[in-house]
Amino acid sequence: MKKLMIVCSMVALLICSATMAFAAGTIKIGGLFSVTGPASFLGEPEKKTLEMLVADLNAKGGINGQKLEAVIYDTTGDATKAVQLATKLIKNDKVVAIIGPSTTGESMAVLALTEKEKIPLISCAAGIKITEPAAARKFTFKTPANDHVAVEKILQYAGRMKQKNLAILTVTDGFGASGREQLKTTAAKKGFRIVADETYSPKDTDMTPQLTKIRSSKADAIICWGTNPGPAIITKNVKQLGIKTPLYMSHGVASKKYIELASPAAAEGVMLPAGKLAVYDVLPKNDPQQKLLKDYNIAYKKAYGVEASTFGGYAYDAFLLVTNAIKTKGATAFQIRDGLEQAKKLVSVSGIFNMSPADHNGLDLSAFEMVKITKGDWALLK
Amino acid sequence: MELSEQLLQYLLSGLSTGAIYALIGIGFSIIYNSTGIINFAQGEFVMLGGMLTLFLLETLELPLWAAIPLAVLLATITGLLFERLAIRPLRKATPISLVIITIGGSILIRGLAMLIWDKDTHAIPSFSGDEPIMLGGATVLPQHIWIIVITIILISLNKWFFNHTISGKAMRACSYNPRAAGLVGVDVRKMVLLSFMISSAMGSLAGIIVAPLTMTSYDVGIMLGLKGFCAAIIGGMSSGIPTVIGGLILGILESLGAGLISSGYKDAIAFIILLLILFIRPQGLFGKPESERV
Repeated sequence: MKKLMIVCSMVALLICSATMAFAAGTIKIGGLFSVTGPASFLGEPEKKTLEMLVADLNAKGGINGQKLEAVIYDTTGDATKAVQLATKLIKNDKVVAIIGPSTTGESMAVLALTEKEKIPLISCAAGIKITEPAAARKFTFKTPANDHVAVEKILQYAGRMKQKNLAILTVTDGFGASGREQLKTTAAKKGFRIVADETYSPKDTDMTPQLTKIRSSKADAIICWGTNPGPAIITKNVKQLGIKTPLYMSHGVASKKYIELASPAAAEGVMLPAGKLAVYDVLPKNDPQQKLLKDYNIAYKKAYGVEASTFGGYAYDAFLLVTNAIKTKGATAFQIRDGLEQAKKLVSVSGIFNMSPADHNGLDLSAFEMVKITKGDWALLK
Repeated sequence: MELSEQLLQYLLSGLSTGAIYALIGIGFSIIYNSTGIINFAQGEFVMLGGMLTLFLLETLELPLWAAIPLAVLLATITGLLFERLAIRPLRKATPISLVIITIGGSILIRGLAMLIWDKDTHAIPSFSGDEPIMLGGATVLPQHIWIIVITIILISLNKWFFNHTISGKAMRACSYNPRAAGLVGVDVRKMVLLSFMISSAMGSLAGIIVAPLTMTSYDVGIMLGLKGFCAAIIGGMSSGIPTVIGGLILGILESLGAGLISSGYKDAIAFIILLLILFIRPQGLFGKPESERV
């Protein structure tokens, strides 16, 4: 028995040293995504995108002659677990940078650790607090555009349409709460008036009471902030109540899935700011992102059989930013951090990144296009 | 827009949501009355109704009229299997461990649904179009009418079954005193099985008729199940009219609360009512206090 144990441990040792020897020539990056759990609609495409891109890069010979390895863990949307896994990535797997986590809550928890350990973190969550204040976020970056960029995009258009009195209907989760806050502050700054401020919870099945109240508020436009299925139900409710007020949605529903859920008839005329991935086939030919978006969508569809989503795009951006930093600066944590901060005019999925020490997101209003749903498809609004 | 029209809209919205709560609530009551346990997997049958219909419609491309009964049948079979595999082997267990088992069962069913289908939300077509119908200043959809009509039919059928058939009467006998019912020749185990089948059928049908309005996904059962449970508690766990009224009260209060007070408290309303009833009138809104004969 004892002998067997010794043999076993010898074998185990051998296997360990063998993998370590193999790992010497590779650059290791970490991935933290909520692949399962309530935020799985974010984490799953992110993980798949990263895996696809790493495999593709290695097939083409890696970066600077070195192979890239991604160690990906599932956080299940749990902040405590995310921190544990981040510790594991840093201490055990010895990664030089971490992509993720998928949600703002997890990112806030993890960035406290990565800032201390001086490991670059490229979050795939949208909360503005992740990269601000910039002075305290030396090693933290994020790829989704800030919520207020989408808010400004809508208000810019509403302003041009002379819609001054707004009704807002937001979901009571992190996404909706952040949207509500941004809508209220930005609207006040730009001289809009919020005449109705209603909310609904993510699992609500009927929003006609809120909409009936909004209808009596005489708003010029309704802005709804949420992710499916709420906005789809709201769209149907608006149709049911015969409300003719223009309806704006957030970028959270910029996918064909929303039109399908709400039915093209009910979604007709709904306007929203969409990331360019959702609408790449209607973009003008000279758009700098068009080719990249098309290639990403085709590759993703080939690998997984479904359309690429904006969320997977966040991981694409993070991957591109990291590999760009490694190419230009080098593969240590500090070099990657510098490379990330100096990324300029980097064309990717979510937009064109222009990082600076004061801006660790690097996206502006051009990350979104205002679109109107027409006959079940997107039409660009000029 | 006038306040009376607004109120009418709130009432109509509340009635149709309330009807769904009532159907789910009755499912809870039927099982409670025949076994003394709260089946927390009830919400999952609501989900199964919607998801199975979707599966039959989209993957097997059956027409709606065939998909609905088949989905109810499949959900009923699931309810039967659930009772056979999870509840019956433990009939000697205490009610509390059975309740915990139903919670485990609900997580299992939800997990399986997520693996078999996916995590996305799906739409099911309405039974007869989406053109709103004007009703004195308020609007409803044809689907709302379907919901109300099907609920009325189901509840009448339910009442008839429990009052006028041998099996129904036997089930009621079991709920009063399982031991005495057993002594006079009622097969108590069969009645328990039957109660699981009836309530899973009702739950799944509720899930099907509501799906065109609310969409369906693997996790819709949780919230709907809890609301149905509230309805059953308001109705004092009766499998008849009190639970129906409980569901309607809940639906209307939610809708009025969201419309007149603040939409942020919509879900809180249900649970505040639940707590109030449990504290003040644990026998339900209409029940008489239980008296034990010594």
